[in-house]
Amino acid sequence: MSLLHVFGFGLKVGHLLWMLCCWIASMISMNWFINGEFKNPKAGVLGDSAGKMWFKCWDEILNFSFKIHHQYYQYIGSKKVCKSWWRKLLFLWVIGWTLASVWIFYYMSSHATEKRKETLASMCEERARMLQDQFNVSMNHIQAMSILISTFHHGKTPSAIDQGTFARYTERTAFERPLTTGVAYAVRVLHSEREQFERQQGWTIKRMDTLEPSPIQEEYAPVIFAQDIVSHVVSLDMLSGKEDRENVLRARRSGKGVLTAPFRLLKTNRLGVILTFAVYKRDLPSNANPKERIEATDGYLGGVFDIESLVEKLLQQLSSKQTTLVNVFDTSNQSCPISMYGSNESNDGLEHVSHLNFGDPFRKHEMRCRFKQKPPWPWVAITTSIGILVIALLVGHIFHATVNRIAKVEDDCHKMMELTKQAEAADVAKSQFLATVSHEIRTPMNGVLGMLDMLMDTDLDVTQLDYVRTAQASGKALVALINEVLDQAKIESGKLELEEVQFDLRAILDDVLSLFSGKSQDKGVELAVYISDRVPKMLIGDPGRFRQIITNLMGNSIKFTERGHILVTVHLAEEVIDSIEVETESSSKNTLSGFPVADRHQSWKGFRTFSKEEPVHPFSDSINLIVSVEDTGLGIPLDARPRVFTPFMQVGPSIARTHGGTGIGLSISKCLVGLMNGEIGFVSIPMVGSTFTFTAVFASGNSSSKEYKSQQINSQSNTVSSEFHGMRALVLDPRPVRAKVSRYHIQRLGIHVEIVSDWKQGLSIINRGNNAVHMVLIEQEVWDRDLNSSGLFINKLEKIGHGTPPKVFVLCNSIKSSKGNTTTGACDLTIISKPLRASMLAASLQRAMGIGNKGNPRNGELPSLSLRNLLLGRKILIVDDNNVNLKVAAGALKKYGADVVSATRGIEAIELLTPPHKFDACFMDIQMPEMDGFEATKRIRDVERNINKHIQFGELSVDAYNNVSNWHVPILAMTADVIQATHEQCQRCGMDGYVSKPFEAEQLYREVSRFFQ
Amino acid sequence: MEVVQIQRNLVDYTKSLFMEGFLDGQFLQLQQLQDESNPDFVAEVVSLFFDDSQKLLNELTIALDQPIVDFKKVDAHVHQLKGSSSSIGAQKVKNACIAFRNFCEVQNIEGCLTCLQQVKLEYYLAKNKFETLFRLEQQIVASGGSIPMIEMGF
Repeated sequence: MSLLHVFGFGLKVGHLLWMLCCWIASMISMNWFINGEFKNPKAGVLGDSAGKMWFKCWDEILNFSFKIHHQYYQYIGSKKVCKSWWRKLLFLWVIGWTLASVWIFYYMSSHATEKRKETLASMCEERARMLQDQFNVSMNHIQAMSILISTFHHGKTPSAIDQGTFARYTERTAFERPLTTGVAYAVRVLHSEREQFERQQGWTIKRMDTLEPSPIQEEYAPVIFAQDIVSHVVSLDMLSGKEDRENVLRARRSGKGVLTAPFRLLKTNRLGVILTFAVYKRDLPSNANPKERIEATDGYLGGVFDIESLVEKLLQQLSSKQTTLVNVFDTSNQSCPISMYGSNESNDGLEHVSHLNFGDPFRKHEMRCRFKQKPPWPWVAITTSIGILVIALLVGHIFHATVNRIAKVEDDCHKMMELTKQAEAADVAKSQFLATVSHEIRTPMNGVLGMLDMLMDTDLDVTQLDYVRTAQASGKALVALINEVLDQAKIESGKLELEEVQFDLRAILDDVLSLFSGKSQDKGVELAVYISDRVPKMLIGDPGRFRQIITNLMGNSIKFTERGHILVTVHLAEEVIDSIEVETESSSKNTLSGFPVADRHQSWKGFRTFSKEEPVHPFSDSINLIVSVEDTGLGIPLDARPRVFTPFMQVGPSIARTHGGTGIGLSISKCLVGLMNGEIGFVSIPMVGSTFTFTAVFASGNSSSKEYKSQQINSQSNTVSSEFHGMRALVLDPRPVRAKVSRYHIQRLGIHVEIVSDWKQGLSIINRGNNAVHMVLIEQEVWDRDLNSSGLFINKLEKIGHGTPPKVFVLCNSIKSSKGNTTTGACDLTIISKPLRASMLAASLQRAMGIGNKGNPRNGELPSLSLRNLLLGRKILIVDDNNVNLKVAAGALKKYGADVVSATRGIEAIELLTPPHKFDACFMDIQMPEMDGFEATKRIRDVERNINKHIQFGELSVDAYNNVSNWHVPILAMTADVIQATHEQCQRCGMDGYVSKPFEAEQLYREVSRFFQ
Repeated sequence: MEVVQIQRNLVDYTKSLFMEGFLDGQFLQLQQLQDESNPDFVAEVVSLFFDDSQKLLNELTIALDQPIVDFKKVDAHVHQLKGSSSSIGAQKVKNACIAFRNFCEVQNIEGCLTCLQQVKLEYYLAKNKFETLFRLEQQIVASGGSIPMIEMGF
């Protein structure tokens, strides 16, 4: 059971941790998804689907865990399956969570990269657009300027613009074109017009590279106006520069602004591009062909863009120059882009490319942005995944540890169980051994004792006789001890069964009392028994075992008590419960002998019976007795108390030497009390005394209608007591407890008792007259204390007028110590020696009072004599296949006066015992060939039942069956092996009991007495 | 011989039987069962025992001679023998029977045969002893004395 608990506990802990872990994991991931959705609508779709997936997964896990639970409970019985199962689960768990954490790491880090990319893209786009916008603004302005020139220079004659005007205008409108470092206007001059033009301007057209007068060309494009910054280009032929020429030609052909490839500017040596617009003579339709455009061309307006500073400026406007690296490339030639801005440091990280449109379809530009820093480590992802992994591993470890622990505990439990089994087996073997050995010892011991007995009959001198007596006493002690050991072994092997017979508790206690009376008188210890009136006369139980307990306790008490008293009290448990609170003040002085005693109430403190919640009466007719044995002996030392009920444990080794005994008695008593559904306990005060108390449950004997022999025995004492019925007695005793005991015994004889504590009171009661007092019983203590007044009392008694004076008895402890006989020799005085017993008391009274001096038959009665009484004239059938056994058994029964019929076979017995027959009982051997005793008994019972039924229904006349309407012949089993044949087994087959073979008088008596009276 | 002397011899002889373990307390009990109404009780029982036992021993010898030994039968016989021997207190026969039954239980033919010999030996010894005992008793009775009773002390 405990194993299962441990297992369950482990499972619960594991499950709890598992739930906790899953919960944490789900919380983290949920939060994370929610955040993701919130921050990034784009990633929302992915996040959503991932979330769903996750929920699905979570569901599965839950299902799975439920299944685990389920299967776990199914498999809980098979350890091996569980073990391998747990291993696999653990492995899967670790693998699963490792994968999960790796996935989480990748997911989170990719998420971060994505975000970074997006940031970069948005930044880059933003910059590109700004750059483009600003560029376009400048370009538009230049275009506007071209229209200005076309309007005011070519459209008017004479021109409204000269170099000075242009320079000033451009200078003042330079803020409009923040990106241009300068603008210049070149006019188209055909070779035919060159001379005139040169004259007009006053300078010759020069080549750009050499600054020498231009060689003859078909046409020229000399700069006529220029902003001051670029005034050095005035008079230079634009068509002479390779880049410029191309630009110019493209511009006039397309009619749009065109850009050169970036190049180093002449003066600043910075990278720049030139934007060129053609100026036409007239407005051209948008679909004009290039030829028309060329012909209509008047001149060319060019603007220099300093790209580098442009971008620089732009980036400075934006805050995040530090975080990003921006490169601008001219990618008209795809294979080799020309860098327009930015450093060339390579970075293999992220890059975003944004296209720039500067209005020239021929040229393509793009902006490339990169982060300056390398991407940071994805710490969140790392910590999250590692955290989850660690938690998972920890949970796994806990699982593992739990499973291991469970396995270990299980193993331990198995080991323990095996050990327990071994121990139990050893115990059984020990008991068996003890039983066997004891049994085997008993047989030779009987021989030894028999021989000693015979030896004592021979002529021996005093010394020899003494030796033999000693040897015999020792032998008897040994047999008694062996019997005790046998009892112990029987109890331990559970073979001891209690009998259920009717008995008189008071008679048993009288017996025990007489057993110890000699010893107590020798020691001068007062011995007394008190049984409460409420205890029923007849009880059903095991008198032998009850007697054994009492004998044990009293024997111990006698052993350790040198002075004072030993008092046995028997009450009903309810009685004591009622008084348990009231009687607490019972003073230690108020005892039988005046010596202080240990308070017996303490001894049953721990009893179950007295804890209030438990019902005292499990059955309505059960009698719960509480028996106390109180002594004023040495007491039990404190350190020895815990082992009082342990077999073979005595207070100390010296005790065994001084007092003998094996120390097994109390242990047996405890077991016996346990078998009687009772408890035993004790209280002890060193040098004051001990009180042992036990309870025992018996059935009330009065309810049973059966007549038992034991009742008959008692009826003899009843007849005795009837002689005294109605008499009155006066007990003179100042000590209430002792007086109570005396009263109890005298009342048992049917005598009315009054108690007085001194002479005066006694006399006044006697003198009252109307009720004659027949006897006066005086405690020896009172008698001896004041001999004068006692003499006076006697004299006064004799003077009392009416009728015969009461007889005077002195109750004394031991005859030796009494002085009564010496002092009042003349007086009519009888001494009754204690302990008081009903029979002894009756005999003494009879002798003294001179009534019906028939003697007490019961006193000298021996079992064999009672057996004779029981069996005399009985017709008994003995069934045994063994002739010798048959003869011996028959001889034994005949000796007791029985009329014996023998049968050797079971079938014979059935025939003989088929009603009507005249047998009073049958002794049946169990082990017989053909039909054993059990079988034969069963058949006999069947026949009897059948006939009883017929008689009952009137089918058979009762007269034909000796007027017996209910046939049931007592059948007792005879067996050689008493231990083997149990009461139960016999009863199962309809037998009424068993006797051992060869017969033992006492056992035979016990069994037979149950049926005959 | 004087009656007292024979009585003394009888007592001594009985004691020796106890000492040597031939007899146990049961024999004393048996003797107690003998009284005036049944004066030859012990002798009757003992002779019954010897007759019965002789038959049993013969049957045992035959049973153990069979090619296939019926141990159940053998055991039943030995049980009988044991029962009757314990009834009259022939302790040594009884003990031999106990050993015999143990061998029966394990169906050991060799052991059984050895035991049978042992039981037979004990049987004849016991028979001898009892015969001596009864002869002494008869002598006492013949000389007009009474058989001394041995009291049980336990």
